[in-house]
Amino acid sequence: MRTIFFREAIYEALREEMIRDPRVFVIGEDVAEYGGPFKTTKGLLQEFGKERVRNTPISESAIVGAGLGASIVGMRPVIDISYIDFTLCCTDQIINQVAKIHYMTGGKAKPSLVIRTEGGAGRSSAAQHAQSLEALYLHIPGLCLVMPSTPYDAKGLLKAAIRNDNPVMFIEHKLLYNEKGEVPEGEYLIPLGKADIKRTGIGVTVVATSRMVKFALEAAAELEKEGISVEVIDPRSLVPLDEETILNSVRKTHRLVIVHEACKRGGFGAELAAVVAEKAIDYLDAPIIRVAAEDTPVPFAPVLENFHLPDKNKIVAGIRRALE
Amino acid sequence: MEKKDYLWLYRKMLEIRRFEEKAAELYLKGELPGFLHSSIGQEAVPVGACSVLRPDDYIISTHRGHGDIIAKGANLNRMMAELYGKRTGYCKGKGGSMHIADLDLGILGAVGVVGSCIPIANGAALAAQMNRSGQVVVAFFGDGASNTGAFHEALNMGATWNLPIVYVCQNNCVGLSTPQCVHQKIKDISVRGAAYDIPGETVDGMDVLAIRTACEKAVDQARSGGGPTLIEAKTYRYLGHFVGEPGTDYRTKEELESWKKKDAIDGYRNRLLRQKIAGEDELARIEAEVEEAVRQSVQYSLESPDPDPRETLEDVYVTV
Repeated sequence: MRTIFFREAIYEALREEMIRDPRVFVIGEDVAEYGGPFKTTKGLLQEFGKERVRNTPISESAIVGAGLGASIVGMRPVIDISYIDFTLCCTDQIINQVAKIHYMTGGKAKPSLVIRTEGGAGRSSAAQHAQSLEALYLHIPGLCLVMPSTPYDAKGLLKAAIRNDNPVMFIEHKLLYNEKGEVPEGEYLIPLGKADIKRTGIGVTVVATSRMVKFALEAAAELEKEGISVEVIDPRSLVPLDEETILNSVRKTHRLVIVHEACKRGGFGAELAAVVAEKAIDYLDAPIIRVAAEDTPVPFAPVLENFHLPDKNKIVAGIRRALE
Repeated sequence: MEKKDYLWLYRKMLEIRRFEEKAAELYLKGELPGFLHSSIGQEAVPVGACSVLRPDDYIISTHRGHGDIIAKGANLNRMMAELYGKRTGYCKGKGGSMHIADLDLGILGAVGVVGSCIPIANGAALAAQMNRSGQVVVAFFGDGASNTGAFHEALNMGATWNLPIVYVCQNNCVGLSTPQCVHQKIKDISVRGAAYDIPGETVDGMDVLAIRTACEKAVDQARSGGGPTLIEAKTYRYLGHFVGEPGTDYRTKEELESWKKKDAIDGYRNRLLRQKIAGEDELARIEAEVEEAVRQSVQYSLESPDPDPRETLEDVYVTV
């Protein structure tokens, strides 16, 4: 099978959906000629024109509001907010408006929009360009939340998100754009709410998100040499969450490690640990372990950032603790 | 304008006034949950604006939105039922007074956060522009909203993209309790159009025909590809910020009385009689019909079922 970059997978998903459905359009800061800060939209302008590949002022509230307004009258906008840190400029639109409108209108309005954004640390972007803020949006009923970890998943999930009638926060990791992976030529969709078992094992379950999936797999490969069998699950979408796949794995391995790049306090790991404790605590032979970033802002200097972030070694250590 | 157009304006303003009065009365008796923001005094603005819209045009409104929504044609029964929190209400009891929408009538909804409706209105206008549908959007908001970032972001975007939209500011002289002279230096909010290179016009918000004329020009311009206009209608909120709040701590009685002397509905009624557009009998018949429609909306609501508590869990997500 061919291999392509993650950013190319995003581009292909956008392109294919724009060909398929004239209601789909891309809107955001610098998405047209410039192609977006990570070049995921580069080339769309030439094919689809400036009406459907629309540069905006630096006005995040107006961008998300425009996407919302267009969506409830039948369009399917794909909004590009170049850094997830900047979504904090438009949380009113995302949390008060986008997430609520379907419910507030008794199910009438359908906010069929995707908010593509990008997060994550690892290249000294410091505290305002490298956050992992998914837990903020995880908390809000009405939003779907997707965090792909591979080019294959990114393409299939983005296509499904664009066709979904719900608002989808689609969070890409900035250090995944230049990762390569196998992506078939033909069309495929990956439904939201379906976890992927990236590696099967019987000794311990590791649930990891986004870029941490890669490190979890590296940790699993290392531990395999010692005869430790690690199952690695990528939920792919945090909302809806495929609880069943995770619970089934925990019932099999009796041990759970949760890995995410966001800081630990109040993160997705806390929520998932609570779900597993509520629904499968009798199956657990050890405390649930969370491997996450330190509860600090993301620092700038590489030595500090490395200390802040989880990595393969920290995941290995976490797995060992779960096996004690 | 034909006679029926003149009478429509009267009927709609009266519908808003009587509906708001009835809702306030019910609220003060403890029959309605939550809280109500009454638009009594401001009726001419949405009625004048909506009188020049097509059925498929859109409006978006605010927390003080009953008048805007009635002006666009909302069904009083379903509106009142929503205020009661009944299953038959516009939002099945999930939105309440501040969030009434009827997408089939082009009512995109009422937005409870000040200023936040304006960017959303732009989106509907963008869709209309992209689809070449010829539809126009009217975004209603107040003087308070004109100081939000959302207002400025949205007007810049709407102007830059030449969107088919009319921004109608209902300047009722006060943002909750803060008088306009305390919350902004400008006297006429319409001057802010100049910052975005779009026309700005201030109009007497107690004169429904003046509003209609201004909006007609702006709507024609928007529909023909000429881009947005900012219209400021100077009006007055007779009641407090919400029903039950007297509104007297921060305004003088004299000011209120001076505005009531210019009451849009009384003034328009006299004008219809004076200019012999309608006779006393015709107007009395409209008044009786409106009273009856409002009475029926209460009856309808009282006879409607409450939502099943389990319906709390529905409509969080679109299910296929």
